[in-house]
Amino acid sequence: MRKDLKKYFPVFALPTLAAFCIAFVFPFLAGIVLSFTKFTTVTNAEWVGLENYIKAFSNEDFLNALWFTVKFTVVSVVTINVFAFALALLLTRSIKGTNLFRTVFFMPNLIGGIVLGYIWLLLINGVLQFFGVTITFDASYGFWGLVVLTNWQLIGYMMIIYIAGIQNIPSDLIDAAKVDGASFWGILRHVIIPMVMPSVTICLFLTITNSFKLFDANLALTDGAPGRETTMLALDIYKTFYARTGWQGVGQAKAVVFFILLAVIALLQLVITRRKEVEA
Amino acid sequence: MKSKAKRKSALSHALVYIVLILLSAVFLAPIFIVFYNSFKSRLFITSEPFALPDSETFAGLENYTEGLSKTSFFSAFGTSLLITVLSVAAIVLLTSMTAWYITRVKNRFTKLLYYAFVFSMIVPFQMVMFTMVKTANTLRLDNPLGITLIYLGFGAGLSVFMFSGFVKSIPVEIEEAAMIDGCGPVRTFFLVVLPIMKPTAITVAILNTMWIWNDYLLPYLVIGTDYKTIPIAIQYLRGGYGSIDMGAMMAMLVLAIIPIVIFYLFCQKYIIKGVVAGAVKG
Repeated sequence: MRKDLKKYFPVFALPTLAAFCIAFVFPFLAGIVLSFTKFTTVTNAEWVGLENYIKAFSNEDFLNALWFTVKFTVVSVVTINVFAFALALLLTRSIKGTNLFRTVFFMPNLIGGIVLGYIWLLLINGVLQFFGVTITFDASYGFWGLVVLTNWQLIGYMMIIYIAGIQNIPSDLIDAAKVDGASFWGILRHVIIPMVMPSVTICLFLTITNSFKLFDANLALTDGAPGRETTMLALDIYKTFYARTGWQGVGQAKAVVFFILLAVIALLQLVITRRKEVEA
Repeated sequence: MKSKAKRKSALSHALVYIVLILLSAVFLAPIFIVFYNSFKSRLFITSEPFALPDSETFAGLENYTEGLSKTSFFSAFGTSLLITVLSVAAIVLLTSMTAWYITRVKNRFTKLLYYAFVFSMIVPFQMVMFTMVKTANTLRLDNPLGITLIYLGFGAGLSVFMFSGFVKSIPVEIEEAAMIDGCGPVRTFFLVVLPIMKPTAITVAILNTMWIWNDYLLPYLVIGTDYKTIPIAIQYLRGGYGSIDMGAMMAMLVLAIIPIVIFYLFCQKYIIKGVVAGAVKG
């Protein structure tokens, strides 16, 4: 069978592979090369060595975006996962109607970043106008606005994954702990949390990568204002490419740094939390 | 004794319900507020966004007509629908075939391909943004049909990965039996393998639909000058200097949310299952 199938490469694998090369492999490799050049279109590239990277790291906008993104990622990852886990605990108690609540909490996840951004722009400006200001008055408003928005979007998603994890715990394990006189917090700490570590691994991975890469909501909610203070990395890279002539090389260098940071953080997290997973 | 314990648990149940109902209200309120603001005239949306419309502030469908004329929303809806349906169909069909091939034909090349697909999942869009858009322009893929190819290529990683995981769990004997019965690889795939993969196909379809329908930057850069998808049309309402017509914006937000809610209510069982399955595999 393997021999038979092998000849069918053009039918089975070629279309995907061709698209993959056009949309990913070539742009990725070309992107790495171009980060060491100065260019305005792809064809007029001129080798400049590490100059783009030096420019990127001495660019205040980039450093500010990096710091803002890190702060935002830490705060939203913690809040989303704590709230999602708490909701999952509530919804796995044996009560009726949990499906309806699950449906409600998950729904915001289907709404895209641009639409989310403008929904929350209305709400946040609505609250802030009691104090006579708008969201672009201070960077901290934009920061917390983005945190609230991302929470609203992702809590339901993570909750679904935690619910699946909690439901997978053998019920005799919890019953045994109860018989031994364990308190609610004892069961939570020593039975439930260790047993849902696979879900924690996934949820942390999803929330970290989603928060770190946030673009659409950032563009719609604050567009980086005031000044460039609430610009996150993805938006800063976009603006370096398309709003600043002659800086395409620096934009590409920033993008390479962005990719490496994301890959390193995500892999580190996977390795660390995978180690904490236990066998049932 | 017993009734006391019972009463206690009834009380804690009631408490849980109250908390859940309050939280549901918090989760639904943003959409509800946008909805009733879409019927208020522009000035009152900014000055008193939390007030319900009354005889003074009610604007009828003015915001809707205004928004529709500014954004040509319905044609954007058509473009979004076309791109999403074509791309998701292409992704489900072609990546499932590829995943079967590279899992069943084992050699160095297919192994390398598999790792390349897995690797692509972690690469953020900004990394390939500029070069991908240039490539798409050069190859004349800057139209709704061409962008399907881009989505297939950029979305292949996750989809191939998920299908491959599933193919590994299918016993080879089933496929071999079909082959002995005289089925060639193509018929074996479509008559035997693909039907078994249906649950994964649904998961892949849902995850990709959620991504492509809401995607903004990729379509904006690739086809944005000639075509608008819904997110592009919405973003278009933000004027050059950041000024926004909040009336038209509210109306268009409502129109953007309605199809999502309808889709969700019809497919929520699959969507929630798909998300769980996708997360466990990812």
